[in-house]
Amino acid sequence: MKEIHAWAAIGIIGLAATTGDVLLSYSMKRVGDVGELWKRRGLLTVIGRVLRTPTFALGLIAMGVTFYSLLFGLSWGNLSLVVPASASLTFVANAVAARIFLHERVGRRRWIAALLVAAGVVLMAL
Amino acid sequence: MPQLTFRKYLVLAGITVFSTAGDSLLARGMKGLGGASLHHLSGLLLAVLSPSVTVGIILLLAFFACYMSALSWADLTYVLPATSLAYVLVALVGHFRFHEQISPTRWLGIALITAGVGFVAAGPSVTPQRQDSLDASHSFSQEVKS
Repeated sequence: MKEIHAWAAIGIIGLAATTGDVLLSYSMKRVGDVGELWKRRGLLTVIGRVLRTPTFALGLIAMGVTFYSLLFGLSWGNLSLVVPASASLTFVANAVAARIFLHERVGRRRWIAALLVAAGVVLMAL
Repeated sequence: MPQLTFRKYLVLAGITVFSTAGDSLLARGMKGLGGASLHHLSGLLLAVLSPSVTVGIILLLAFFACYMSALSWADLTYVLPATSLAYVLVALVGHFRFHEQISPTRWLGIALITAGVGFVAAGPSVTPQRQDSLDASHSFSQEVKS
C-alpha cells in the first residue's frame, strides 16, 4: 500500500515540477533576455518585469507544490526511490511538455539527451 | 543561430555549482540539527539561523537567479540537460573530497549523464521561431522607449 502512495507521490512531483518549469520558462521568454535588459534598463527593471509576469507567480506556486509533495513522498517511500524516480520522470515529461506548450524544437538530439540523463540519474541512485 | 557567449556559459555553470553547493550545505545544516521534524516548526525556524543553512539558502537563491536568467535566453529542453552535470559533480566531490566509493553502476550513470550533456550542448540552445517573437517584443519595448 505504501508502495502505491510512493509512486503516486512520484507522479505528482513529476507533474508539479514540469508545470513549474514550463510556467517559469514561459514567463522568462516573455520577459526576454535578462542580460540585455539589465544592460539597457538596470537590474530593478528586470526584477520588476519578472515579478509583474502573472505566470511567474503560478510557476513559483507549482514549485512550492513540488517541494511539499517531495516531503510527503519522502515520508511514504525511500529517498533512493522517490528522488531519482521523480527527477528522471521530470526530465522526460519536460521534453514532452516543452514541445507541446512552449513549441520548442525538440529534435532527436534533445530527446537522446533527455533520455540519457534520465537513465543516468536512475543508475546513479542504484 | 545565436552562439552562446562566455558569460552565458558562466550562468549555466552557476546553475550547476550553486544548486550542488546549496543542496549539500542545506543537507549538512539540517543533519546538524539532529532530525528536525515538521511537527516542531520552531526547530525549522531556528534551522535558518545555523550558518550552513543560511549560506545554503543564499546559494539556492543564486541558483534560482541563474536558472531564471538562462531560461530567458535558452530553451527549457536545453537548460535542463545541460545543467544536469550537477548530479555528476555531487558524486565526484563525494569521491575525491570525502573518499566515498563509486560503484560501477554509478560510474555508468555518470557516463550517461555526461553523454547527454554533450549531446544537448553541441546542438542549438534556443528554438528559432521563438526568437522571432522575442525580436518582436524587443522592438516593441524599443518603440516604447523612444
